[in-house]
Amino acid sequence: MVENRPFLNLLAHLVLMLGVAIVALPLWIAFVASTHGGNDFMSGLVPLWPGDRLVENYGQMLSSGVSTSGMPPVSRMLLNSLVMALAIAIGKISISILSAFAVVYFRFPFRMLAFWTIFVTLMLPVEVRIVPTYKVVADLGMLNSYAGLSIPLIASATATFLFRQVFLTMPDELTEAARIDGAGPMKFFRDILLPLSRTNIAALFVIMFIYGWNQYLWPLLITTDSSMYTIVAGIKRMADVSDAQPQWHLVMATAIMAALPPLLVVVGMQRLFIRGLVETEK
Amino acid sequence: MKRSLFQHRLLPWVLLAPQLAITLVFFLWPAAQAIRQSFLREDAFGLSTTFVGLHNYSELWRSAEYLNSLKVTAVFAISTTVLAMGVALVLAACVDRLVRSQRAYTTLLVWPYAVAPAVAGILWWFIFNPTVGVLPHVLDRLGYDWNHLLNSRDAMILVVLAGAWSRISYCFLFFLAGLQSIPQSLTEAAAIDGAGPFKRFWSITLPLLSPTTFFLMVVNIVYAMFESFGVIHATTSGGPAQSTNILVYKVWYDGFIGQNLGSSAAQSVILMLIVTALTVVQFRYIERRVAY
Repeated sequence: MVENRPFLNLLAHLVLMLGVAIVALPLWIAFVASTHGGNDFMSGLVPLWPGDRLVENYGQMLSSGVSTSGMPPVSRMLLNSLVMALAIAIGKISISILSAFAVVYFRFPFRMLAFWTIFVTLMLPVEVRIVPTYKVVADLGMLNSYAGLSIPLIASATATFLFRQVFLTMPDELTEAARIDGAGPMKFFRDILLPLSRTNIAALFVIMFIYGWNQYLWPLLITTDSSMYTIVAGIKRMADVSDAQPQWHLVMATAIMAALPPLLVVVGMQRLFIRGLVETEK
Repeated sequence: MKRSLFQHRLLPWVLLAPQLAITLVFFLWPAAQAIRQSFLREDAFGLSTTFVGLHNYSELWRSAEYLNSLKVTAVFAISTTVLAMGVALVLAACVDRLVRSQRAYTTLLVWPYAVAPAVAGILWWFIFNPTVGVLPHVLDRLGYDWNHLLNSRDAMILVVLAGAWSRISYCFLFFLAGLQSIPQSLTEAAAIDGAGPFKRFWSITLPLLSPTTFFLMVVNIVYAMFESFGVIHATTSGGPAQSTNILVYKVWYDGFIGQNLGSSAAQSVILMLIVTALTVVQFRYIERRVAY
């Protein structure tokens, strides 16, 4: 603060409150809609204050879903999303930390080739190789499975770079001390590197969990069996009814439940989240 | 560079194996297939394929639909980026001014990052729904007849809003970090020289923020171009009349719904070139040692 300007501070507060309101608006409206009965929208206007059907609507979606549309209960989709998000987060971190360890702590022929192969994945997001990747997964018989949902997404150049960066800043003395004490590479990795990169792992986990949870295109492609639907990809299928207005109160209840888990992660682990976000982009 | 290394012939390859295997099977092989497919034409039953050279590409070049999609993508990517970054910069500058309430505001502003773009799309779709939505009701009072199901411009505004909304928190966090790394002494010196707050922001803060701005610009354009499939698919499905049919949506549509594999593959290859170019820009020209 260079000088005290009460008026500007007031202005800043006003702008921020407006910003917070705009940012919160969609979720608030969705929440309000999800607490009303289906008929409350017939009058043509969404109410602005929560109704009294919160427990009822959420209970119905969690336990049975909208049976007429052939959708599984939301609890099932939440479970699928959770498994996929965890598998992606854990998978990405494990294979990336191992490859970063190999690239930093060993010299071997074709080391740079391996490094560049990993780098290239940055230039090949799923979106640009949709059809052939789908074919590979189909040929491997991985459609409608948790393996198919997660494994093709767990290669990660960003995570590998991050761990490489972390390992490069580890003092050489640690390695030397470990070697003098007779520790082999894997022992060094397990007992020294892993504990020292704990915070990085946690920060990355938060980011990757959200990334995994929010996947849309991939689950949409490879799940045709409704019991494998993830919640983020499932909502659209629920809102897509051909000849009628969707049951908005139930769709919105599902949207809220789809957004809630990553939301809790971000708000609850804000510090790790911010750290992970900044680190993965460096 | 490490001075102290481990000697082992096989171990590094074992460690790299999972990452490399996934990269080869799910990234490089499909990419190679896409490139191969882009030079082929498959007949309607998939029985025979013929080599057609650059036919699929020249066909795209002549297709009004594809050129339109290029234009739509550019409009979408630029508008989303500008809107998200503009709003985020104003919010970050405000938060940076305040001392005690910084954390509270940050918490209230970061959470949209957690909401999937597809879910964000559905939420905005609902708010703007012509029959039950809140905002069309308000707009109607103001004399504007909102209908994103029929009106191309309304549809584009809708997807841009949804896309930008999901990116605000990301930009906000990076702008805030950038603002906080600007040395106070510079601002103070300017204040002593008699520059007011807006003048200082314009001639000191903004130029010093340019590495962050440039970085965010590239990242957001990449994001808008390649990861906005969810926003489009969950809301407008490319319509009305192709007005929100961005490139990644078209690749998917032509490949899966239209079953036009050759054309879809050629589009994939073009997208690969675009993303490669943007990645090169990102890695070569961006000052990666911004102090956070």
